[in-house]
Amino acid sequence: MKTHWAEMKSAATSIWDLHCHLSGVPGDTPEGRLGHLIAYADRMGVERLCVFMGMEWHYDPTPEAFRLENDDVLRALRHFPDRALGFVYLNPKFPQQCLDELNRCVRDGPMVGVKLWVAEHCDAASLDPLVDRARELRVPVFQHTWLKITGNLPGESTPQELAALAARHPQTTFICSHSGGDWEVGLCAIRPHRNVFADLGGGDPVAGMTEMAVRELGADRVLYGSDIGGRSFASQLAKVYGAKISEPSKRMILGGNLRRILEPVLRAKGVRF
Amino acid sequence: MNRRGFILAGCGTSLAALTVQPVVAANPLSTVARRLIDSNVSLFRWPLRRMPLDETPRLLSTLRDHQVAEAWAGSFEGLLHKAQGSVNSRLTDECRRRGGGILRPVGSINPRLPDWEYELRRCALEHRMPGIRLHPNYHGYGLEDPAFERLLRVASDLGLWVQLALAMEDERMMHPLMRVLPVDPTPLSTVLKVVPKCRLLLVNALRTLRAKPLLELLSTGQVWVEISMLEGIGGLGTLLSQVRNDRVLFGSHAPLFYFESALLKLQESELTQKQLDAIVSGNASSLVKTSPLKHRHGHQ
Repeated sequence: MKTHWAEMKSAATSIWDLHCHLSGVPGDTPEGRLGHLIAYADRMGVERLCVFMGMEWHYDPTPEAFRLENDDVLRALRHFPDRALGFVYLNPKFPQQCLDELNRCVRDGPMVGVKLWVAEHCDAASLDPLVDRARELRVPVFQHTWLKITGNLPGESTPQELAALAARHPQTTFICSHSGGDWEVGLCAIRPHRNVFADLGGGDPVAGMTEMAVRELGADRVLYGSDIGGRSFASQLAKVYGAKISEPSKRMILGGNLRRILEPVLRAKGVRF
Repeated sequence: MNRRGFILAGCGTSLAALTVQPVVAANPLSTVARRLIDSNVSLFRWPLRRMPLDETPRLLSTLRDHQVAEAWAGSFEGLLHKAQGSVNSRLTDECRRRGGGILRPVGSINPRLPDWEYELRRCALEHRMPGIRLHPNYHGYGLEDPAFERLLRVASDLGLWVQLALAMEDERMMHPLMRVLPVDPTPLSTVLKVVPKCRLLLVNALRTLRAKPLLELLSTGQVWVEISMLEGIGGLGTLLSQVRNDRVLFGSHAPLFYFESALLKLQESELTQKQLDAIVSGNASSLVKTSPLKHRHGHQ
């Protein structure tokens, strides 16, 4: 009998999860929640978690609110520095405060990426200063995107808008969160831009998604992420384990690509990986 | 925070000092009886996309690789085809010819079509199906429709269990010309009271049906639910802490979903042996056995 479980375990040697949250998780403190996530990560063979946004989320946060959310993540990271990495959450409507927070959390702190959610459409000119600064700090910009037939939130970005931003900043690394949600459209939108990676996380485990991402972008531009705690490790890891792609491609998606993206900033910070 | 979370939070410093080698616990299926029953697969083509396993031999190969002994197979054709008799004949034939002794056909019935009772009897008496699958949102009726109650009554009289699909896919990413809202399950508890013999399995339900309404339905003794659309960290463990453990079945929603999604949920939550046995096959067997005409439910 063919044992796919053994296959899963062999591929699970160094899984890095790109997309984790502290919301939707039991616990009264950030470190309590992250500890909870890590307990499940251990069961699923996930080695590192990239965490962003705080215990309480805001669609359109004030600078004070996004600083507090980042404080939650910084506090959690202090308890699990060898298991978790942080991305700084920003609102591009406040350019100077974004730069200040980038400096606080990335230049002077442990964070290794930028997270943008639904406060502002990502093709807006207000993003340019923070994107430039992210490039200087050699960290990726993780942009939420979703194409909803039911209607997007007022500031919610589409993958097409991310493609426009990426075209303006060809030297910056972007990650297209959820692969655009409607991934058959989203993957095509980002396909021309080699500086844009696809995040598999957060949608239903619809079969064929990962195969299309590898076919259209190449396995070196595809990243595993779960979007826990709203989602499960199970449904999102299945997108890789269940995909009809090569084993080397699976290893790249499960962690190799993310390590490659983060290598400059991790080395600069002296993080062992 | 549960005990595990509390312990980890309290040990943060010492954990941080460890060089972590990820550990995957043992294959859950190695510790359970090797008789996995998948209560929710479908055959043929999804109308809007080709999928890696949408040919029966490929689906069957994956099911076999994962030790599936039995899979209850509906038909994607049942969503939109009007000639449901042909849909059910093709499904039965496919299961018989290419099902490898694993696939059991689950018929499609649309009570908005004329003479649906005849098709229902064919499912039971001609095709010898164990159950049927309903798609009210694709067929244009709500659960308050008297035809739904009558369908449940006739199906139960024929010894058929009923699968009620609340959804097929995330409504946010549907094709603009085929937007189908999830089924509203609110009338269900009222309907079931007047059809006490009905045995109902909710499929693709846990995306939209949660909390108190779910608990109330599962407590009726007539309703089961499968896990394909269950989400959230440790979702299965959380669900089992809230509902009757004899009501939860393994279901993958393959080939539309990756089969491994449901399988890995057995790994993500820490389950007792008894819980695992029940989910992978015990509860499905109970659902079949509780049917009043169980003598007709032999394998095809």
